[in-house]
Amino acid sequence: MLTPTSYIDHHLTQLAKPLGDSPFWVVHVDSLLIAVLLGIVGLGFLYTVVNGATSGVPSKRQAFVELAFEFVDNQVRSIFHGDQHKFVAPTALTVFVWVFLMNSMDFLPVDIMSRFYERLLHVHHFRGVPTADVNTTFALALTIWMVMIYFNIAVKGLGGWVHELFCTPFGEHPALWVLNFLFNVVELVSKPLSHSLRLYGNMYAGEIIFLLLGMWAATGMVGTFFGIVLGAGWAIFHILIVALQAFIFMMLTVVYIAMAHESH
Amino acid sequence: MNINLTLFSQAFAFGIFIWFTVKFVWPPLLKAIEDRQKYIAEGLAAADEGRKSLDQAQDRVGVIEAEARSKAVDIITAHEKRAAQIIDNAKERAKVEAERIITHARETAEIETAKAKDALRREVGRLAVLGAERILRREIDSKAHTELLNQLRDEL
Repeated sequence: MLTPTSYIDHHLTQLAKPLGDSPFWVVHVDSLLIAVLLGIVGLGFLYTVVNGATSGVPSKRQAFVELAFEFVDNQVRSIFHGDQHKFVAPTALTVFVWVFLMNSMDFLPVDIMSRFYERLLHVHHFRGVPTADVNTTFALALTIWMVMIYFNIAVKGLGGWVHELFCTPFGEHPALWVLNFLFNVVELVSKPLSHSLRLYGNMYAGEIIFLLLGMWAATGMVGTFFGIVLGAGWAIFHILIVALQAFIFMMLTVVYIAMAHESH
Repeated sequence: MNINLTLFSQAFAFGIFIWFTVKFVWPPLLKAIEDRQKYIAEGLAAADEGRKSLDQAQDRVGVIEAEARSKAVDIITAHEKRAAQIIDNAKERAKVEAERIITHARETAEIETAKAKDALRREVGRLAVLGAERILRREIDSKAHTELLNQLRDEL
């Protein structure tokens, strides 16, 4: 018997493969597989285009890649002051392309894809949107967070960074050290949390709304019609969300790394 | 929302993707774009240079044109002068020639007149002698008369 609960449950259960006894030693095969596949497809496309790149008149495909390149490069230049070509800009491009592709998986109709995965991979549960899995967004945000800490130490030195932790933003007076440190700890913790949960929340909510609209079909012909109309509307609006969230995630990445380069 | 090993595997994949882009995707495209920028800048500079040299050439052309024009004017003036001179010379020569011809003609005419007078004189003399002969057909010493008549002719 298909109930709304079982329907949503079906769509929101990861294809999990336990590798050990504790609940930590579990891999979400669906998220990982789709994410890696999309990364390979996106970056592979960039790589093939870039490898045949000419400094003369570019082909349409190269012009498209250059458009993305210029877009990211301009955004990074407005935030980061330094040699952005060494690390920050390529990282931003990676983040943008990869997150955009992962978010785009949300465009695929949930029920048809579920049937597709079932036929193709013989699995009952399979979630196709890696960014609607909190593991993926945390993975991205924590990687960026560690890069940020690395640059904090690399640019200012360990002493400089510790000094900054205790002496900013309120002042260098010893009485303020604890306050400063607490403030900075809150900032350090909130950065990866807001970074990852913003993306995760948007994509997860988008998925759930598609599921809720899909359930209209259970109410009969009129409901199905409503479901189609509303689903189409939400899908169109979702184009904006997908692009916007990828953009925001990229911008925050650049901002965090840029902040690590600047001393107060 | 359960955090598990997926996080680390995704982070690992992410690291590899960043490394790949930093190493293999960004630099070639950056190079292509920067090369094109340089190429375009060079093209623009060359166009500027070309325009400048064209301006210079046009300036030079103007100078040369002015020079040529003044030279042409000089040449024309010189030749007009020369032509006038030639005409003057020709006129002069013509005048001299004409005078010479006139003088010659006058001389010839004088000679002819003298000749004609001479002949006329002879004729008149002859006619006179003939007339006198006819009138005085009889006893006339023809020889003495002839001498007389000759004397008369010379006087004429």
